Amino acid sequence: MNGVHDMGGMHGLGAIAPEADEPVFHHPWEGRVHALTIASPTRGNIDAGRHQRELIPGPQYLAMTYYEKWFRSLTELLLKSAFVTLAELAQGRAAPGPKAEPRLAAEAVQPAMTRPASYLRETPTQPAFQVGDAVRCRNLNPTGHTRLPRYVRGHAGQVVAWRGAHVFPDANAHGQGEDPRHLYSVRFTAPELWGEAASPRDSIHLDLWEPYLERA
Amino acid sequence: MAHDHHDPEDGHDHGQHPPSDMELRVKALESLLVEKGLVDPAALDAIVDHFEHRVGPRNGARVVARAWSDPAYRARLHEDATAAIAELGYAGRQGEHMVAVENAPGVHNLVVCTLCSCYPWPVLGLPPVWYKSAPYRSRAVIDPRGVLAEFGVALPDDIELRVWDSTAEVRYLVIPERPAGTDGLDEAALAALVTRDGMIGTARL
Repeated sequence: MNGVHDMGGMHGLGAIAPEADEPVFHHPWEGRVHALTIASPTRGNIDAGRHQRELIPGPQYLAMTYYEKWFRSLTELLLKSAFVTLAELAQGRAAPGPKAEPRLAAEAVQPAMTRPASYLRETPTQPAFQVGDAVRCRNLNPTGHTRLPRYVRGHAGQVVAWRGAHVFPDANAHGQGEDPRHLYSVRFTAPELWGEAASPRDSIHLDLWEPYLERA
Repeated sequence: MAHDHHDPEDGHDHGQHPPSDMELRVKALESLLVEKGLVDPAALDAIVDHFEHRVGPRNGARVVARAWSDPAYRARLHEDATAAIAELGYAGRQGEHMVAVENAPGVHNLVVCTLCSCYPWPVLGLPPVWYKSAPYRSRAVIDPRGVLAEFGVALPDDIELRVWDSTAEVRYLVIPERPAGTDGLDEAALAALVTRDGMIGTARL
């Protein structure tokens, strides 16, 4: 979707404000939101989680802090998946019913956080592009989730690496399965993306799935 | 439990203006989920502890120091960064597919996630607020030299600048150039020279 979250290349969004000795969480509730998101029964589909944050209306998205966005999208995912009801949220009490088993027990946290995992998947298809190939990003404007930023659509680049077939977020975010697609690191020159005033010595690299690309 | 950050001496505006009820709302959601048996509060404590104490830029600094000291390790890091980083015990969420990008005399690397906040948690911990915020995400790709200048890095025109936008589950770790005059230092001393921003690319060592 063409939302405000897709902000690469925009001007006027303010000054960068690094903070000396920044704490991991600025308030205890931020740590709880982070932990709740990871322990939530809705976890397991990272693409659906990202998409839920993108669905926050643009003016609010820009005004909210990071963990306010996480809290809102967590609440909405819990409602959407029927783990909680609006009435329960309003009253702060569970409706009568059987008690669930937590998806993540305390003793399972360390293994879950540090276990090697992978988004690589088997696919019977061969990669359509090779390292060195000239490719162009297709002019796609899906209303759902995508990881093809607007600032590269229609632009030409060069494949610099093949990453294997990865879970395809455009499908996975919408419950359409992992639909693995070949993923490539594509290099764009800065002048290709930003015009002749950009430094010819600068380049921008993105990891892009095959359906985003066509031969240039 | 997370340490509280209500330092009265700190009058800075960090762009953090949570509504005063956020703490109550989060508490209410947590107790509801606990009451329903959907989350284990001890698991939440363990997750907070993990991010506050077990991951952070010190992990990445060890990787960099090893790469500086051990040419065979550096070669493995280029060949398969995920495996080379796992040799030091760092793996897991948001570090599933690691790529190390190395600065060199004519090359500087800079990492961003324009679409959200992708960041290599096992080696750098959670990202700072500025990395997740609109100003950095928007400008790192269109004006990376201006962004570097805001961080106090004047990148000479003849240096090639490579920006990496983390659009997939691939996570990038910048290997800074080893500072001059550090020949006699052991790995622990070298790791102490490596900064978080150096491994994002917004600083040069």
